[in-house]
Amino acid sequence: MERSLTYPLTWAMRPDREPLTLKEYEGKGGYEAARKALTKMTPQEIQKTVAEANLRGRGGAGFNTGQKWSFVPMGDDAPRPRYLVTNADEMEPGTFKDRMLIEGNPHQLIEGMLIAAFAIRADYSYVFLRAEYTTAERRVARAIAEAYEAGYLGENIFGSGYRLEMYLHSSAGRYICGEETALLNALEGKRAIPRAKPPYPQVSGLWGKPTVVNNVETFFNIPPIIGNGAGWYKGLSLSEDGGTKIYGVSGRVKRPGLWELPMGTPMGEIIEEHAGGMREGYTFHSVIPGGASTEFLLKRHFDVKMDFDSLMKAGSRLGTGTMIIFDQTTCPVGAVLNLQQFFARESCGWCTPCREGLPWVVHLLQAIENGEGRPEDLETLEMHTRFLGPGKTYCALAPGAVEPLQSALGLFRGDFLRHIHEKRCPWK
Amino acid sequence: MLSEEERQEIERTLQHYDRKSAVSIDALKIVQKHRGWVSDEGIRDVAEILGMTVDELDAVATFYNLIFRKPVGRHVILLCNSISCWVMGYEKILEHLSARLGITWGETTADGMFTLLPVPCLGACDLAPAMMVDGELYGDLTPERIDGILGRYRGGEGVWNVP
Ligand SMILES: Cc1cc2nc3c(=O)[nH]c(=O)nc-3n(C[C@H](O)[C@H](O)[C@H](O)COP(=O)(O)O)c2cc1C
Ligand code: SF4
Ligand code: FES
Repeated sequence: MERSLTYPLTWAMRPDREPLTLKEYEGKGGYEAARKALTKMTPQEIQKTVAEANLRGRGGAGFNTGQKWSFVPMGDDAPRPRYLVTNADEMEPGTFKDRMLIEGNPHQLIEGMLIAAFAIRADYSYVFLRAEYTTAERRVARAIAEAYEAGYLGENIFGSGYRLEMYLHSSAGRYICGEETALLNALEGKRAIPRAKPPYPQVSGLWGKPTVVNNVETFFNIPPIIGNGAGWYKGLSLSEDGGTKIYGVSGRVKRPGLWELPMGTPMGEIIEEHAGGMREGYTFHSVIPGGASTEFLLKRHFDVKMDFDSLMKAGSRLGTGTMIIFDQTTCPVGAVLNLQQFFARESCGWCTPCREGLPWVVHLLQAIENGEGRPEDLETLEMHTRFLGPGKTYCALAPGAVEPLQSALGLFRGDFLRHIHEKRCPWK
Repeated sequence: MLSEEERQEIERTLQHYDRKSAVSIDALKIVQKHRGWVSDEGIRDVAEILGMTVDELDAVATFYNLIFRKPVGRHVILLCNSISCWVMGYEKILEHLSARLGITWGETTADGMFTLLPVPCLGACDLAPAMMVDGELYGDLTPERIDGILGRYRGGEGVWNVP
């Protein structure tokens, strides 16, 4: 089958990962889906197609994308302007998929945004990019300029009468900017503190106007869905969720990297076949399947399909789909300590359980790692996994932080106890 | 006082937003690009042209990791200390950098050449351990590679520019 039909996210990319110019992308059929959407489809038809394809947001939460768009108030008396935003903040530790996509083919992002923007009749669109993605920044800036020149942005796109403006905002660094309401505050030039939901951004977002925020990979899925249809898209997947997924593996495997594979590819297949299994001298210990805020899994989970529902059933989450592999040389307490240090440092400080709780978690874990822990510390840590869990804090940072902690306290309890009883880290 | 160049760059950015205060982060980055960091005076200058109070703008400036409110060295090293780099041994890289430069997290070398800061995951986990110098990414770090990389910057021109 044609590459574009089996690898719809990466099909156009070059092996050397240099970005495609507009001409090259057009030569491969780029922007044809956008032309179709803007000249032959209504916004409602686009929303319906995307919803039927069962594309679930690739930023981590997995909400049905077409459905998300349908909450935007439309019609003549609906509020204007409306905004569309790409979340390219990608700071979740262990995650490196959006950088590859943007750097490799910035025009597919722009085309996906254009179709999505038309589907909600947005007036302005922003790419919110993390500060450190300097190469992506140069490439997106050039691609936006090319798209304006070709008439794919600006006034009267494809003669449809539709107008869209697009700007690139490069951030100044802070993980919380990836939380979609904090991101909106950052775009407004404020401290990136999350906002209360509801109201949801689709109703009241940037400057209080209807706004849709989607992940980079989500937008990459839009042109192929519009080009080939919802049925084709669902057929790509090995599970209920539609399409393909960019999976990644890092850690001491033979070939760390990223692969576009059918959604629902089993975890073990990705680790052993695509990543080549463990390096000489290293044995698999455990994995967190989708970035720092997902629960640990073990070898017995290798048959689990990497999709939203299957991983949830297995006691973890798909998250970003980029796995971090631990081996026999990595101390589980040290690993959890590293994760919690990240979350404590990046907490925005707005709500008390997270601001005060995460540093306390770090303190306790550091003590255990140093051989100064007490058995009752484990109870205190467990209490924190409840106090920082869903519903107790203002945003999902803290609940995400305690997911790996909670699973480690269950799966690796013996290792925690050994630190406490032997009064040292057995890995050191 | 803002330089003519700084003022023009900030005004160009203003065209993309409906409200002046929306460009606060961009404006701080522009000033930092030219001056290396953002001093109290820099805050006052920017606040004035954006119609914000000094306190409002400083609250923004101090929130973001890469707005420097203290002087930094000519080159800023951002070493990733997140989980994949931890697995792949960033701690050895930190030790080596610290030994070579005589500094640790948050410090600047006596000759004002390098500042060393931790950074969350650089999105280069397949190349872990990874770091960034002046916005340039380096992966698959080993102590030997570090020496070569530092050599490229020693004596070099230019300040960290958040692009
Ligand atoms: C602390 C935190 C950080 C987040 N960081 C990101 C991010 O870097 N990129 C992203 O796409 N989503 C991130 N999210 C999820 C977003 O809030 C949001 O769900 C997502 O951008 C929606 O896009 P999607 O529907 O296409 O997945 C983060 C969420 C939280 C709570
Ligand atoms: S949970 Fe943490 S990051 Fe989220 S709003 Fe509260 S303090 Fe901020
Ligand atoms: S964890 Fe270091 S680059 Fe991702």
